[in-house]
Amino acid sequence: MSEIFMIMFAAILTENFIFSKFYGICPFLGVSDKPSTALGMGMAVTFVMTISSAATWAVYYLVLAPLGLEYLKTIAFILVIATLVQFIEMFLRKYIPALYSALGIYLPLITTNCAVLGSALVNIQEGYNLLESVVFGFSAALGFTMAIVVFAGVRERMVFANPPKSFQGYPILLIAASLVAMAFSGFAGMNFAR
Amino acid sequence: MKTILLPVLIFLVLGAAMGILLAAASRIFAVKKDERAEEILACLPGANCGGCGYTGCAAYAKAVSEGSAPANACTVGGAEAAQKIGAIMGVEVGSMEKMRAQVMCSGTSEFAKKKYIYEGVPDCVAASKIGGSDKICPNGCIGLGTCVAACPVQAIQVEKGVAAVDYSKCIGCGVCTNVCPRGIIQLIPFGAKHWVGCKSEDLGKNVRKYCDVGCIACKLCVKNCPENAIAIENNLAVIDYSKCTGCDKCVSKCPRKIIWSGETQGKLGLVIARIPEEALNVE
Repeated sequence: MSEIFMIMFAAILTENFIFSKFYGICPFLGVSDKPSTALGMGMAVTFVMTISSAATWAVYYLVLAPLGLEYLKTIAFILVIATLVQFIEMFLRKYIPALYSALGIYLPLITTNCAVLGSALVNIQEGYNLLESVVFGFSAALGFTMAIVVFAGVRERMVFANPPKSFQGYPILLIAASLVAMAFSGFAGMNFAR
Repeated sequence: MKTILLPVLIFLVLGAAMGILLAAASRIFAVKKDERAEEILACLPGANCGGCGYTGCAAYAKAVSEGSAPANACTVGGAEAAQKIGAIMGVEVGSMEKMRAQVMCSGTSEFAKKKYIYEGVPDCVAASKIGGSDKICPNGCIGLGTCVAACPVQAIQVEKGVAAVDYSKCIGCGVCTNVCPRGIIQLIPFGAKHWVGCKSEDLGKNVRKYCDVGCIACKLCVKNCPENAIAIENNLAVIDYSKCTGCDKCVSKCPRKIIWSGETQGKLGLVIARIPEEALNVE
């Protein structure tokens, strides 16, 4: 049990996907203009990452590993995740239209979100079992959601700032992101996980 | 040989399985799309201006097809689009007039007095939070261009501290009327020849103190209008466009010279796109 707790804690804070591993920077910068849209993206990522952790675990240990094809895991995972996102999108549109419209455009965008692929690869690298994989995927996505929502709050204040011309737009965004990441590095000292 | 063939085979199988799964899913989870939404979208101008209150033409078309939006909410498409949409939806649509936006203020920097010098964020909403903007008149144009930024067709510009709409570009979507913190931009019939360039509801004696071109509710226009098209409401002259014939009598009688007409442009030198006779006659 404490193992599970440590995985969660590490994935959310000390090993935060965005601030310490730099996965999923594209959606992090792209859809963080408002906290509400950031939350929508975070929810969609959480949803997909949790399910894809289980699916990729199954593909790796039930198909690839027995055949000795571990070296093809990256391409297999890309295939599985893309299919999964498509499948979930169709399923939601039919049976849970409310959730479908709430997630909106963010759901298909996740197909190309490297954080999802990253979590699947980390699961294999760390040798997690099925439960641990799902927990890791879920909590890493929670960490992603927290990071993107916090940064959206920072960006809301930055609208009123007037940086020099050469810093306007993405340059100042990246500087702000690095400052937030430095704040998160304070968690690095809390060494629970191995 | 096996080391190459096996992965290829496995991925062929995996890919085919995924493909079949998705193909089956798209059949099983197929959602019936309303074809009327597509047809309605084809009738709309496609400007995505948001004047109807929806995020774009597609969203509005969807709302109409679901019955949650009226068929004539598109001011840009006007009567023509409303008729077509009505035909698709099988409902009767009342006649719709083409509209244009008009800023109901004549108080340029030389006529309207200010109470302080504003040097903050160049935005009307921000300025209106600080003592109700630098202009003393509580209904005057702040002139920092919130409407200019909001206009989807770049039809508005600020001249001498007052926003002016270029009628030739205006599509009558009404976005500017919603963003103006003063609410002084109005949609008036495109062919309207006269309008009162003031929105002040203050008493005449107060208006005199801070604006040389504010309506003082003297009723000269009301008395001189042969059609009884003008009335005083809340210390402000208001024209009833259904009655106005464009006879120009009010324009010459107004002591403040703020009843505007397409030809005379008022007499203030405000750069507002002149509306030639021909444009008014063409529907």
